[in-house]
Amino acid sequence: MSAIDSIPFFIPEILLLIGAFAVLFADFFVTNKKLIGITGLVILVATACLARLPAEPQALFSGFFQLDAFTHFFRYAALGIVGVTILTSLSYARMPKAYQSEYYSLFLFMAFGLILMSAATNLLMIFLAVEFVSIVSYLLVGFLKDDPGSKEASAKYLLFGSLASAIMLFGMSLLFGATGSLDLDVIRAQLAGSGFADLGLISLMLILVGLGFKISMAPFHMWAPDVYQGAPTPVTAFLTVGPKALGFAVLIRVLAGSFDHLYSHWSSLIFVLSILTMTIGNVVAIAQNNIKRLLAYSSIAQAGYILMGIVAFSDTGLRAVLIYLIAYAFTNLGAFVVVIAVSNRFQSDELESYSGLGRRAPLLAASLTIFLLSLAGMPPFAGFIGKFYVFTSALEAGFVSIAVVAALNSAVAAYYYFRVIRQMYLVPASDEDPISPSFSLALALCLMLIGTIALGIFPGPLLGFISQIVPL
Amino acid sequence: MESHLLTWIVFTPLIGSFLIMLTPKAATDKIKWIATAVTSIVLLLAVMALFRFDPSQSGFQLVQRHAWIPQFNVQYILGTDGISFPMVFLTAIMSLLACVASFNITERQKEYYLLYLLLETGMMGTFLALDLFLFYVFWEIVLVPMYFLIGIWGGPRKEYAAIKFFLYTLAGSLFMLLGILALYLKTSPHTFDLTVITQTGFDFGFQKIIFMAFFLGFAIKVPIFPFHTWLPDAHVEAPTPISVILAGVLLKMGTYGFFRFSYPLFPDAAMWFRPAMALLAVIGIVYGGFCALAQSDFKKMVAYSSVSHMGFVLLGLAALNSIGLNGAMLQMFTHGTITGGLFLLVGVLYDRTHTRDLNAFGGIGSQVPIYAGILIFYSMASLGLPGLSGFISEFMTLLGSYQYHKFYTGLACIGIILAATYLLYMLQRILLGPLNEKWRGLAEINGREIFTLVPLMILIVVVGIYPSIILQYMTPTIDAMLANMGAILP
Repeated sequence: MSAIDSIPFFIPEILLLIGAFAVLFADFFVTNKKLIGITGLVILVATACLARLPAEPQALFSGFFQLDAFTHFFRYAALGIVGVTILTSLSYARMPKAYQSEYYSLFLFMAFGLILMSAATNLLMIFLAVEFVSIVSYLLVGFLKDDPGSKEASAKYLLFGSLASAIMLFGMSLLFGATGSLDLDVIRAQLAGSGFADLGLISLMLILVGLGFKISMAPFHMWAPDVYQGAPTPVTAFLTVGPKALGFAVLIRVLAGSFDHLYSHWSSLIFVLSILTMTIGNVVAIAQNNIKRLLAYSSIAQAGYILMGIVAFSDTGLRAVLIYLIAYAFTNLGAFVVVIAVSNRFQSDELESYSGLGRRAPLLAASLTIFLLSLAGMPPFAGFIGKFYVFTSALEAGFVSIAVVAALNSAVAAYYYFRVIRQMYLVPASDEDPISPSFSLALALCLMLIGTIALGIFPGPLLGFISQIVPL
Repeated sequence: MESHLLTWIVFTPLIGSFLIMLTPKAATDKIKWIATAVTSIVLLLAVMALFRFDPSQSGFQLVQRHAWIPQFNVQYILGTDGISFPMVFLTAIMSLLACVASFNITERQKEYYLLYLLLETGMMGTFLALDLFLFYVFWEIVLVPMYFLIGIWGGPRKEYAAIKFFLYTLAGSLFMLLGILALYLKTSPHTFDLTVITQTGFDFGFQKIIFMAFFLGFAIKVPIFPFHTWLPDAHVEAPTPISVILAGVLLKMGTYGFFRFSYPLFPDAAMWFRPAMALLAVIGIVYGGFCALAQSDFKKMVAYSSVSHMGFVLLGLAALNSIGLNGAMLQMFTHGTITGGLFLLVGVLYDRTHTRDLNAFGGIGSQVPIYAGILIFYSMASLGLPGLSGFISEFMTLLGSYQYHKFYTGLACIGIILAATYLLYMLQRILLGPLNEKWRGLAEINGREIFTLVPLMILIVVVGIYPSIILQYMTPTIDAMLANMGAILP
């Protein structure tokens, strides 16, 4: 479809772009910066309302993008994740007052970039979308520019990220050299037909470096703990779910689009990386005393579980990835809402500040407990449905060993999640001053709580929606 | 109401915990009142179910079935039969009594009763669920309140005991989850419905693997040697009412799992595992007995006696005949009532003296004659005095296992002698001998505490004299189960 014909399908994204610029310029006229954040939220909601799924999958802009149920699903996910992040940012105490509208505007651009990631079916577009998201992320991580931790995180992220992107680009160039095309479908046909399958696999490995960096897959996870710890907490919350979810989207697009016929070659690689990722994440998380670092390692481990679905690569496996990502997004964002509420009060993310939270703020503590149980994969919460689904897909595809390793890992993970729970309920606080979260935090908390519980008890509707997306 | 009875039994406590959530923290009397009322209602509902339950039938009764997650063919199925019904009844009784026994807990009462009722929902659900997915959900729901109940209200080493309990059980149940998933994938069309899976035959190799996966989950819960190390810690640190629930109900979830899932679903594997099961049973009985004998902590002694007595359940399971399995089922019930009562008695003494060291007492029988009488009664029941229920069930399991393996049965009898030894030695150290002057004027057991103990004593005597009152519920189901497995039995 030509560019002009594509525009009607692209209206929500255009609105989003216009909105992002509008928010940036609104800074000159609006003094109440919260209002700008709320405007950003309205723009996201409007975009979500305008988003329509055409009856047939559409290849937009001469095949650069694909608008199908998969894109549609991740479009909602991206808008939702960015929306919740903005909601929690509204009452983030350490937000620099002078740059608020830039902050919200960057997040709207981020949403745009994430949607492009989900829609891109062309290597060039994939690279551009991933880079777009990365660069906006570098900026947001370093947003507390008076804070050395934030600056260090940003620089580290930039260096690691650039290297990963460069390697990915090299892989893509090899692929282009081998097949003469950037289009995923054409690449697949060329790889299948020509004798370049080996070169294709090498390029895939190089591309995996870049995407593995985005989803914090071992051994490309080193950046995650430092970046997550240093970044402003709402940005950390976002980074643990947003780029990760869309990174998986791109990974699925690339693997399903160009490399599905080489499954037997790359599955064992992902198999090993999945085990490595979940084990490193869980084992290192045990020793953490900072909640942001703890959740960072936990998010690495979660990526390992999600990779199990990619290892299986069946319809069940891909569905498992999608459902897990949604469950994880609700749960992890929810946990970070509580982290923000506590850090607003104590200016600290150390586990000690959670002592006696069960008495100080019973609702916050109970919510964090639910989120942590969900991350640990306990029923009846969303995380259990996700874990249940990936386990099923792994067993169904015959990967018993990975399921056993994941089961052992889950037991290890329960230990450090319960360290936090223990701190909240079993360790008394020095005082019992209550913490009362602001309205926007309370709203975000409620939404995430409803999502985590509802998805755990009545996953039927979402499962139904996802079964329409996969097979792609 | 007719068909929703079991749902009410499961979810009434949950409603109760919501009510408590809405009650102000300071209104402790009201909170206690709600908790007691709710557990009483559950017991009433269980009694109602008793009248609706037809003991002569072997299949599932009072069944409720709804689609839950259609994409996975997960259904909400509740139902009861002769295996689960005695357990439901036991849970209802123990929950009410332990709730009344909780009244002297003064710390953070709102949270305590809220979690307590949540725990009851989990336990009831575990015993009534007939869908493996639903079963797993309830099985896991039990863990979380238990962690808090031990961890917040427990003794000096409560944190260690709580997390140890949690991680042990979780690790076991994750393997069970894998087993459940493997079963689900093996059936076609895929289903978690127990009634359907029971009718599907599985090949021997598959049975062995899945039997072992389930075994890990159940063995840790029972606990079977060598997975028992969490139990003394959890029992000793838990507050009295929670020890009662732990011994009275939670341990039975493990052996119930063998009756409900492992044996009917994997008959060949059960046969194959029989020698190991018998060996583990005997090790549990003898080792638990010797450990109990060596303890100077009253509560730890009772905890190890649990390991020993649960060994009889396993021995009955290894016997794989009608009398052995009936005996094992009955032992689950009687052990719940007897050991639950013993833990209550430990609590009564501890509340007054703040020590559980058996050597610190002496001669207090003259100070607290009623307490002494009740303690002697429960000790006699536990050591298997004829006329009381413990005798019947242990005798039946031995009778059953004798037909399977005479040597093991002989060894198991050592356990009974050991039980007599450690219980009488305990009675001697606490009640008899010269009075330790420190305990002169020790307060006698009060009315509330007697109220928690007497119903169990009645059950112990009634079952001891006329065991058919319970066996009539179990036998048809167990015989039918054996008949289903019968094709492979010698």
